This record gives sequence, structure tokens and C-alpha cells, in this order.
Amino acid sequence: MIEWLWLVPLLPLAGSVVLMASRGEAPHSTVSAIGVGSVGLAAMLAIAIAAEFLGGVDAAASYTVGLGGWIAVGELSFGYSLSLDALSLVMMLVVTVVGFLIHLYSIVYMGEDEGYARFFAYMNLFMAAMLVLVLADNLLLLYLGWEGVGLCSYLLIGFWYRDPANGYAARKAFVVTRAGDTAMLIGLILLATELGTLHVDTALARAAEQWPPGSGIAVAAAALLLAGAVGKSAQLPLHTWLPDAMAGPTPVSALIHAATMVTAGMYLVARTHALFVLAPPVQLAVAVIGAASLLLAALAALGQSDIKRILAYSTMSQIGYMFLALGVGAWSAAVFHFMTHAFFKALLFLAAGALILALHHEQNIFRMGGLRRRMPGVFWAFLIGAGALAAVPLVTAGFYSKEQILTAAWSAERGGTWLWLAGLVAAFLTSVYIFRAVFIVFFGPPAARPHAEPRRLALFIPLAALSVLSVIGGFVETPPLLGRITWFSDLVGSALPAAPPHELAPGVEARLALAAAAAALGGIAVAWWLFLPRPERTRERIAERERGSPVYPALASAFGFDRLYDAVFVRPFLGLARALRGEPVDRLYDGLVWLLRASWQGAGATQTGRLRWYAAGMLAGGVIVIGIAVLA
Amino acid sequence: MMLAWLIALPAAAGVVAWLAARTSPAAARWVSLVALGAELAWLVAFWLGAPAPGADGWLAEERYAWLPRFGITVHLAVDGLSLLLVALTLFLGIVSVACSWTEIEEHPGFFHANLLWSLAGVIGVFLALDLFLFFFLWELMLVPMYFLIAIWGHENRIYSAIKFFIFTQASSLLMLASIVGLAYLGFRSTGVWSFDYFDLLGMELAPNVAMLLMLGFFIAFVVKLPAVPFHTWLPDAHTDAPTAGSVILAGVLLKTGAYGLIRFVVPLFPDAAADVAPLAMTLAVAGILYGAVLAFAQSDFKRLVAYTSVAHLGFVLLGVFAWNEAALQGAIMQMVAHGISTGGLFLVAGLLQQRLHTRDMRRMGGLWAELPRMGAVALFFAIGSLGLPGLGNFVGEFLVLLGAFTATRAFAVVAALGLVAAVIYSLILIQRSFHGDLAAPVRVRDLGTRETAYLAAMILALVWLGLRPQPVLDTARPAVAALLEPGPAIAARDARLEAASLEARR
Amino acid sequence: MTAVVPFEHGLLLAVLLFAVGVAGVLARRNLIFMLMSIEIMLNAAGLAFVVAGARWGQADGQIMFILVLTLAAAEVAVALALILKLYQHFHTLDADAVSEMGG
Repeated sequence: MIEWLWLVPLLPLAGSVVLMASRGEAPHSTVSAIGVGSVGLAAMLAIAIAAEFLGGVDAAASYTVGLGGWIAVGELSFGYSLSLDALSLVMMLVVTVVGFLIHLYSIVYMGEDEGYARFFAYMNLFMAAMLVLVLADNLLLLYLGWEGVGLCSYLLIGFWYRDPANGYAARKAFVVTRAGDTAMLIGLILLATELGTLHVDTALARAAEQWPPGSGIAVAAAALLLAGAVGKSAQLPLHTWLPDAMAGPTPVSALIHAATMVTAGMYLVARTHALFVLAPPVQLAVAVIGAASLLLAALAALGQSDIKRILAYSTMSQIGYMFLALGVGAWSAAVFHFMTHAFFKALLFLAAGALILALHHEQNIFRMGGLRRRMPGVFWAFLIGAGALAAVPLVTAGFYSKEQILTAAWSAERGGTWLWLAGLVAAFLTSVYIFRAVFIVFFGPPAARPHAEPRRLALFIPLAALSVLSVIGGFVETPPLLGRITWFSDLVGSALPAAPPHELAPGVEARLALAAAAAALGGIAVAWWLFLPRPERTRERIAERERGSPVYPALASAFGFDRLYDAVFVRPFLGLARALRGEPVDRLYDGLVWLLRASWQGAGATQTGRLRWYAAGMLAGGVIVIGIAVLA
Repeated sequence: MMLAWLIALPAAAGVVAWLAARTSPAAARWVSLVALGAELAWLVAFWLGAPAPGADGWLAEERYAWLPRFGITVHLAVDGLSLLLVALTLFLGIVSVACSWTEIEEHPGFFHANLLWSLAGVIGVFLALDLFLFFFLWELMLVPMYFLIAIWGHENRIYSAIKFFIFTQASSLLMLASIVGLAYLGFRSTGVWSFDYFDLLGMELAPNVAMLLMLGFFIAFVVKLPAVPFHTWLPDAHTDAPTAGSVILAGVLLKTGAYGLIRFVVPLFPDAAADVAPLAMTLAVAGILYGAVLAFAQSDFKRLVAYTSVAHLGFVLLGVFAWNEAALQGAIMQMVAHGISTGGLFLVAGLLQQRLHTRDMRRMGGLWAELPRMGAVALFFAIGSLGLPGLGNFVGEFLVLLGAFTATRAFAVVAALGLVAAVIYSLILIQRSFHGDLAAPVRVRDLGTRETAYLAAMILALVWLGLRPQPVLDTARPAVAALLEPGPAIAARDARLEAASLEARR
Repeated sequence: MTAVVPFEHGLLLAVLLFAVGVAGVLARRNLIFMLMSIEIMLNAAGLAFVVAGARWGQADGQIMFILVLTLAAAEVAVALALILKLYQHFHTLDADAVSEMGG
């Protein structure tokens, strides 16, 4: 099967091309069949390949499938070759399976939309680009997928193009991530010129040979790649596009802006981990950026009332955990959290989408309420997702991955108390903000009359499947206290160096786990105490009190980064454009024209047409010439 | 005889088209289409025949006597670089005939004659290796283009046409002076008059003389390119030209400037060019950023696209003066890809103007609802022009940056900012015209069959350049190698001169 | 032995005649009078030739005078024709009134 690897990205690509070529004339059912079917086939193929890979004699190997050359100039050549190792296998599986479920869900969610075929064409194109990104065996091909997912993100955020606000959000997302991508491209060029190749394994091996740890060039290269990762993964300081990106249809938010694309930054750092090991300051920066992002985003999520924006900040915060794990060298923990996060965050978005659909595109949580009885299925799905996000101990996948990251932050050589503390505080905040949403949306008296819960298989299967995965997905890796299952880290360990074995006294480890559990449960309790609507404290009162709080403006605006960037970048650019609009350089040439015109007018003024004037001129000229001749 | 035919055929077809239009306007169109199509087919066959390049990169060469007294010959030759540019010229020539099919109703005969003569001049410029002939053809391509703008252009056509003419004419006078000066110096040192490229290559020149002569060529070519601050003729000319004129102007006429820099400025005056390289690269980077900001500031669809050309050609200039293999390959790739992506945007502008009778984007918006196919095409070319990997422009820009980074890191890093700016102007173009709410309900026809056909050809070409650029890179490689290492060519020239002087002594 | 007019007297007369002609051209507005003034200037030049020829005993001066005479005749013919046309067109002979060729 593994030799068919190239079909995995190609199937969705073919689906996309067919849908584009149909120019919106294909019937609904055909579009669904092509759009969902191509991804479904890719997912099945991916599972078959995974089975073969895992059953292989040597799971540590990586397989490479070449599809010919792309660009070859001088000594450098970049080909279309895909490679599969444990890391890309996990990515591929999550991307195709979660992607398939979300595609299935979209049949219902986008069913009434006039741009149905266009939607699936973009979504399939996204799948293809994302799969190229994770399977590429050289960094330039990875960059092709990287930009491809960025383009699809732009297209899908602005999918409802009639509203200029959507277009603005889409362009903002593209421009901000492009800023990071450009830094990354320079980083790739630096690697290519210094190391003579962009093939991941070769380049990393050469870097380790040629560059001493901490050397300036390694730091520069890692920092440039990090800039790209930060942009794509919406981490500080390039995070401002993600909340606005929620303007896209909800399946898009689930697929691109939660489960897959935004985690590409994590993937890039993990893929090029050897480079970051060579650049300790940059790796520290990864951890610090992750910690700062996860705290900032968790706080910002508390100030939002739009359910999708809550989830968006939550995504940013959870990716912060992944960056924190990468920064302290817990590579496999980061990938593990990516996987569980993909499950539960996709679940949360899809459940939120079902709410939004049932409530006629209402996204404000304070105008929902009491939906627990009316939409029990969605309630349970959302609750499971929220539980996993809050890392409710033992029964959710999120607990196992988050606990691993926190333990690593405490114990790893590059970790530290402060990083651990940031993670713990954010874990508490996570519980508070997500259960704030749960209590306000599902409890208390009903505030709106939703449509009946849609009973469609295409809606049920994704929610059910993701619910199950959000619960059991964590059992592939458990801490020593709870059985020490290490399937996941064993697998990923063949591609990424294992986290340094943390020699912790059993007591310390238990205390760390207890602290994490306490943070999660404490957060839920606080949310219950503060946000559960009660007869004496209605939703309106809660909302009012929130707004009255002194920290509310800072939280709601996510600490004003948008305003800052507006003042520092957007306004100066617009001002410059306005100032130059009239083409100042042309004034230079206008000046030249004016000079010429003035001189011919001056010369023309002597031509009066008066005969006697000319005669006098001739006489004067003659006198002057003769005078000069005589006197000289 | 074949290279001369490449020039003669369009020129002759122009005359035929002019005469044929007296019977019916369609005849002029068909004559042009068939002539260009046949020529492109022949050229592609020649290319696929994979002619083995000589040691100095030339695929074919021919020479006819013209003015023997001054050593002026009709010396034509083709290498990978010329081949690609001639193929681009013919391809865009066919597209511009196709896009003028219903747009041009006044004097169709004279229109097609001018179009074909201009193309003949451009092809000649890409093939000529005699500097006098080069100058002659350089002028030949200007005059018909002047007529195309001045007769069939839009509102401000006379002003724009004259501005275009004066800018290029004034700068090409400097080039004429340099050509004559160079030939005179050659005459003084060898005693023989010659305007031949190979004879003038690698001549020993005093540094200040070389600098002066080089500047004559340099200014002529950067005005044509155009580089900031010599670019101001371009937005006016592009905006007011008819669609075919814009496509040819942006697609190929600008490339003659870059071609001249690659073929003449650096090889003839390597040391002087190296001295001026920092300045040229500064102009290039300035052009990339300045063009991007001004493109964003425009409200006229065509004017916006015109300014994107300034930005894109900045990358070409950067690549030329970085002068290494990656950079030159990138510059060549960027020329070809820019011809197609920008040509595509001008085609969309023309189609919109035909339907809406305006180019003002303040009166557009939301057109996707009415024109989804045209919107998709515009989106595609906009994405191409912002340099998305997988389309041709990315390959060009990436290689230019790669080469420039090897040469001078700072320039490459600043130029890379242009990639961010490219996103801003490309997307704002789509937002202002096709996205957003429908400004005013319009009932217009989406793309027809003929329009779909030529746009699809452009789209396929750009995708092919982006995904499989290797044939293009391989074609250019021997030419680039010969340009970078002119030693063998100069040695061969010296041997030839030696033999000739022995002959003369006997 | 005839009395010889001194060379200086002849030249002085030529200069005076020339000055009279110039003054006429500059002062008069009537084209006929301007033409006559030009004739006087021409004759002044001719006189200078003759005087100079006599002074050095050469025939060249007289030959030049004949040339000047023929030139003057031709010029007068052309000029009179022009003046005639001008008069028909503008109904005036005032030189300042017909300054239509002003730049």
C-alpha cells in the first residue's frame, strides 16, 4: 500500500480540480460524492498505509516516494517526493480522518448554500495542500503546501464574499501569515545556500555537522523558521488573524482554524527539531512564546461572548501548549496534544456549528441558553469536547496529553517552574472559560427557540466519532502512575528524539498530576459558581456584571493587539499609499516639461512679427559683431 | 533562413492583414491568427526537436550582408533565452489577436498590421546580434505600439502615447550614441568597422569610457523595464492602451529591457556593470516596494495591474544584477511568468471594460455573483501574481531571491518584503472588483467560448510553469552558463579576428 | 587731370547713405518707404565697392556694383509683388499692422 502514498494528497486534489472544472454546474449529489468521497478514499488509504507501516518489520524506517523533479538549478534541486515516518504518519492520519468527518458534516452544514460546489472545491484543495505539507520530504515542497493551506484559508474565510467584513478578515489572515511565511522563506533560502539542500533529513544532518550549537547562523535559521511557525499557528505576536478568521463557515473553522492548518507551525518545529536543538535561545523563545500565548489567549477567551471566538482563542491557547512542549524538548508530547486537540476542538466546533445552524446563525452565547433539553445530542457532544479541553482527569483525552506537557515543563532540562506555572494557571483558566460557555449556553431557562435538532446521519456520525475519539484518544499514552502506556511515544520516538527521561520521585509526579487535576476541576467549580444561570442571577445579570468588570475591556479586545498593529502598520501604510497615490515621481517629469515649455515661450516672445523690430535686431546684432571684431 | 522568417513572417502578415481588411474585417483577424499560430507551431517543433546548443549556448545562427562598408550585417541567432522570449511573444501575440476579436471594430486592418509589426520588431530584438540591427528593430517595435495606443486607446490615449514614445525614444537615443561610440572604439583598436555583438564582446575599454557607454545602454533598458524612477510612462500607457496593447506591452515589450540588460549591458561592460550593480539593485528593491504601495493605492483596475508590473519587474532587475545562475534563471522565469499572469489580469480588465464600460473599481464590487467564471479567472491570476508556490511567478521570485541572497543578503531580505506587499495589492484587487456587495445590479454575460479558450490556455501555461518549470529552466541553462562564463566566446572571437588579419596580410 | 575725390569722402558718403537707409527702415511704417530705404542701403554698399575699386585701381569693385544692381532689381521686383499681394489682402501698407507672424 505504501507505494500508493502519493495518491493520498492527489485524491483530494483531483476532487478539487474536477469540482472547479464543473464550473458550478454539477448537481448537488455529485458534488457531495466527489467532495466527500475523495477525502474519504484518502482517509481509507491513509489508514491502510498506517496499518502497513505499523505492521512493518521496521517501524523506525521512513519511506520515500518520488514523483519527479520540481526545480533544479545549479547544485540545488527540489523534487516532488513524499516521505512517511512516524511523525508524518500521525499528522496524515489525523488530517485525513478528522478532515473526512468534517467534510461529511459539511454536507448538512453547507447544504443550502449556493456556493456548495465552490465550498467543496476549496476544502478539497485545502486537504491536498495540507497533506503535501505533512508528507513533503523537502522544505520547499513543504512550503508549497504551507502556502497552499494559507490560500485555502483565505478563500474559505472569505467564502461568503458579499460581506466586506469577511473579505477583510480573509485578507488579514493571509497578510499576517504571509509576513511569517516570508521570514520562513528567507530561512529556507538561508538553509539552502548554507547547506546546499532542503531535503529535511540531509539538511538537519548537515546542520548538526557544520554548525556548532548556539552558532549565529543556526540561531538565525531557527528564528526565521520560527517566525513562519508563529504566523501559521497564530502565536504571539502574529496571532491577531485567528479570531477574525471565524468569519468563515464553521466547518472551515473546525478543519483549518482548529484541527489542522494552525498546527502546521507545531509540525514545522517538530520536523526541524534538530535545528532548534542547535539554537538554544530560539528553543527557549519557542517555550516562552507558547507560554505567553496560552496565558494571553486563555484570558482573552474569558472576555468573548461569540462562541466561535471563544473557541478561536482556545485554539490559540492550546497551540501555545504545543509550543511550550516543543520549547522544553518534549517533542512527542506536543504531537500527542496536537492529536487529542484535533479531536476535541473539531468536536467543539462542529457542536457549536450545530447550535449556530439551529439558531439561525446566532453566535452570541448570551442569546442562547437552556439548550440542554432541546438539543441533547449536541449538548453531550459539546460537553465531552469541553471536558477534554478542560482536561477533566482520567476520562478525557485532553487530560493525558496536557498532563504530559505540564510534567515535561516542570521536569525537562529546559523547562522550569515558571513555564509550568504558566501552563497550570492557563489550565485553570481553560476550564473556567469553556465551562462558562457550557453553563451559559446549555443551562438556565431557554432564551431562543431553535430548530429541532437535525437528525441527519451526516451530522451524527462526525459528532459521535469525534466524541468517542475525544474520550479514548488519550489512552494510547498514560503517565507512569496510571499504567505507563507508551504506545504513542514509542511510535513517534522513531522520528523524534524521546523526551529526556525525567527522573522524578513518585511523590513529585503524583503531586504534579494532582495539581493538574485540581486546576481542571477547580476551574469547572469556579465557572459553575460564577456563570451558571440561576433564578436570582439570570444570564443578563451575568453579562452585565462581566461588562462592568474593570478588566473586561482588556480581555474582550485581547489586550489591544489589533489596535496596536493598526496604529503601527496599517495606518502608516494607508497614509503612505494615500500620499503616493498621485505619483510624486511624475512631478519630476512635469517639472521638466514645464522648463521646456517656459524656454520655448521665452524664445517665442521675441518673434513679434514686426518687421522693423527684426531690422533693429539685425542692426544691433551687426553692430555688436563688428564691434567685437574691431575691438578684439 | 529560418530566423529571418521569424521576423519577416509577422511583418509580411501585417501587410496582408491590412490589405485583407478591405474585403472583410474577419479576414485581417484570421490572417494574423494563422500567421502567428503557424510561427508558434514551428517554434515549438524546433524546441521539441531539442537542438543541441553549441559550446557557447547558441542553438542557431545566421548572417546576411547589409551595409558591408560599416560592418553592419543582419546577424540573427537564437539561444535558450531568446527562444523562450520569442515563444512568449508569439503566445501572447495569439492571445492578443483573440482578445481583440470583438473589441476592435474601427480600422481592424490597420490595427492588426500594427500589432503584427510590433511583434515582428520584438521578435527581432530578441534575435538580433548586430547592434545596429538591434537598434533598428528596437525602433521598429515602438512606432506601431505608439499607433496602437494613440488610435485604439482609451480616454487619455494621446497624452499616454506621446509620453510612452518620448520616454523610450529619448532613452534609446542614448543607446544609439553608445552603440556608435562602442563601434568607433572597436574601429580604432582593430581598424575594422563592426557592429557585431561577438566582435564587440570583451573589448578592452578604459573604465570611465566603459562606464559612460554602459550607462547609455543601461538607461535605455531600465526605462523600458521600467525601473523606478523611470517608470511613470508605464501606468499611463498600460491604462490607456487597448487590451491587446496592454498585454503586449506588459507581456513582452517590458521584457526587451530586461533582455537588453542580460544580453548587452553586463556581457559588453562586465566591470562597469559590476560597479553599477549596487545602484541597480537598490532601484530594483525600490521598484518592488514602490510599485506595490502604488498598486494598492489605485482605484483604476488597469492602473493597479500596471503598477504590479513595476513591482514584478523589480525582481527581474534584482536577478539580473545579482548575476549568478539561480538569479538569472529566476529572472528569466519571472519574465515569462509575469507575461502570463499580468497579461491574464489585463485580459480580465479588458473583458470587464467591454461589459461595464468602466475600469473604476469604485463602481465595481460583488461582480462574482454575476460573473463567477470571470471572477475565478481573475482570482487565479491575482494569486499567480502574489507568488503562490505552484504557479510560475513563485519559481521566478524564489530563484531570484535565492540568487540575490547569495550575492547580497540585504537586498534579498528587503525585496522579500515585496512578497507581503504582493498579497496586499493582489487581494485588494479581487476584493474591490469581484468580492463585496454588488455595487449596482448589472446584467452582463459571463465568459463566452472564445474567451474561455484563451484564458484557459493562459491558466494552463501558468500552472505548467509553476509545477514543471524544469523544461524552461533547462532551455535557459546553456544560455545562462554562456553568459556567466564568456571566456570561450571571447577566445573564439579573438581566433577569428586573428585569422581574418592573417588573411588580410596575405 | 581731374580732381580726385578723396577716398575718405567717398566712404563717408557711403556710410551716410547707409545710415539714412537704416533710419528709413526703422522709422517708416509704410512698406514702400521701407523698400526704398533698403534700396538706399544697397546703393550705399554699391558706392563703397566703387570707391574701394577706384582706390586700389581694380575692376572688381565695379563688377560687384553691377551684381548689386541686378540683385536690387530682382529684389525690388519680388518685394513689390509681395507688397501688392499684401495690399490686396490687408488693404494697408502699414508694416506693424500686418504682424501676424508673431511667435
